[in-house]
Amino acid sequence: MQIYADNAGTTKMSRTAIDAMLPYMETYYGNPSSLHTVGQEAAEALQQARGEMAAILGCEPREIIFTSGGSEADNQAIFSAAAIGEKKGKKHIISTAFEHHAVLHTLKRLEKQGFEITLLDVHENGLVTAEQVRDAIREDTCLVTIMYVNNEIGTIQPIREIGAVCREKGVLFHTDAVQAVGHIPVNVKDDNVDMLSLSGHKFRGPKGIGALYVRKGIVLTNLIEGGAQERGKRAGTENIPAIMGMVAALKESVDNMAANTKKVQALRDKLIAGLSQIPHCALNGDATHRHPGNVNFCFEGIEGESLLLLLDAKGIYASSGSACTSGSLDPSHVLLAIGRVHDVAHGSLRLSLNEENTEEEVDYMLEEIPKVVDYLRNMSPVWKDLINGKRQFIL
Amino acid sequence: MALYSEKVMDHFTNPRNVGEMENADGIGEVGNAKCGDIMKIYLKIDNNIITDVKFNTFGCGSAIASSSMATEMIKGKSVDEALELTNKAVVEALDGLPPHKIHCSVLAEEAVKAALKDYYDKNNIPYNKDLFPDCDGCAHCADH
Repeated sequence: MQIYADNAGTTKMSRTAIDAMLPYMETYYGNPSSLHTVGQEAAEALQQARGEMAAILGCEPREIIFTSGGSEADNQAIFSAAAIGEKKGKKHIISTAFEHHAVLHTLKRLEKQGFEITLLDVHENGLVTAEQVRDAIREDTCLVTIMYVNNEIGTIQPIREIGAVCREKGVLFHTDAVQAVGHIPVNVKDDNVDMLSLSGHKFRGPKGIGALYVRKGIVLTNLIEGGAQERGKRAGTENIPAIMGMVAALKESVDNMAANTKKVQALRDKLIAGLSQIPHCALNGDATHRHPGNVNFCFEGIEGESLLLLLDAKGIYASSGSACTSGSLDPSHVLLAIGRVHDVAHGSLRLSLNEENTEEEVDYMLEEIPKVVDYLRNMSPVWKDLINGKRQFIL
Repeated sequence: MALYSEKVMDHFTNPRNVGEMENADGIGEVGNAKCGDIMKIYLKIDNNIITDVKFNTFGCGSAIASSSMATEMIKGKSVDEALELTNKAVVEALDGLPPHKIHCSVLAEEAVKAALKDYYDKNNIPYNKDLFPDCDGCAHCADH
């Protein structure tokens, strides 16, 4: 059996998305900037796709900039807000400790340029509150950037309430909604968002394409110069096939969201309930305010990479926040941010499901994962010390 | 997964000499749970020959494979031969490790040395202290 349970990493493209792309490679391959018929066919398709995405997000077509993905959208949103702030002498930015690195590394760079960054505590449950944001906002705050759904532990932040606080205080609000769009209801107007990043391949569209919603009136700073595309804010010939695939996938995800959520959430809850039976483990992230497909556990006494390799050998494809899988010495910054100590954070496992997964697969995982955890614990000196009382259990 | 050589995967999925040992003549434990890897090696030594080796490892695939390979390499050898085991030899025997995993082989070498040192200490056998570097300053954990 082969089970793909890493849908927060990337997804298998949907047939609808692939079919939506093919005509724009074979027949309507023109450059939308060209005046001739082939070019104008592409321009029309682009306009239609932008309109469809705008309708789904609740904004105007001109408020959408297509980018190479979520990371570029995050970079552009944050650098733009920083440039606007700097002109007014406002150089303070609020974010959280468990953002994606596309946000955290961008903020690091701004910090080197003299910006002051406040990273809010995300608590043990992996949630920030609007009150925390209110308390952190200062006279010189130019941006609040908080992710919609955490990519590792799946916690859904109170974006609407945070947005309302930012509106009240007159501070720009950006959200990295890469893990949210296509999975849970998102509407930029209702959510009081000024800028929002999304990525095509997280909802079964193609890789290398994403978008930035930017409320009209907010002046963007270019990351890429060289043409009039995307209202002059993002140069480069538009990736029409990818845009068509992304929008088709988004439409499909949103149209089927209610049914998909019901199905995936039931699988998630069964998996969480089953894995919770393993002794000395803990679910990471709030159980309620949680992405419908996210399962993330720490298992004490074992290390995540060896867990992933053994699961891989059994056809279960998952991910971990252990140091060995990140290529650094520290385990996931997300797990550390919710207070997991290093020893325990190394033993994490993320299973991210979508509508392609089945109950049969969940049953198989529930049969195999406890065996693998047990096997690794049996060769772990840490586990031996824990059961012999030489070391205190943390979980 | 293509991350590791076939040898590494073989020693990871079918590790040799896993377990604990009662009345071991030498026990060495190195690493730190905070860093994500701990190795514990047990030696049975008769007439200066390592007649049995067991290990327990908490760590990634290459840490488990390095432990398994190191125990295979010293089994049946004399204490003096085992002391000459280097991390390089472990890496070579595993057909290589990715650059950021080399420290796993270093840990395996250190675990063997720690077990031998324990054997010397227990039996009041004099030895050259320079052969056993102090692990306290061990770079890969010093950052924490």
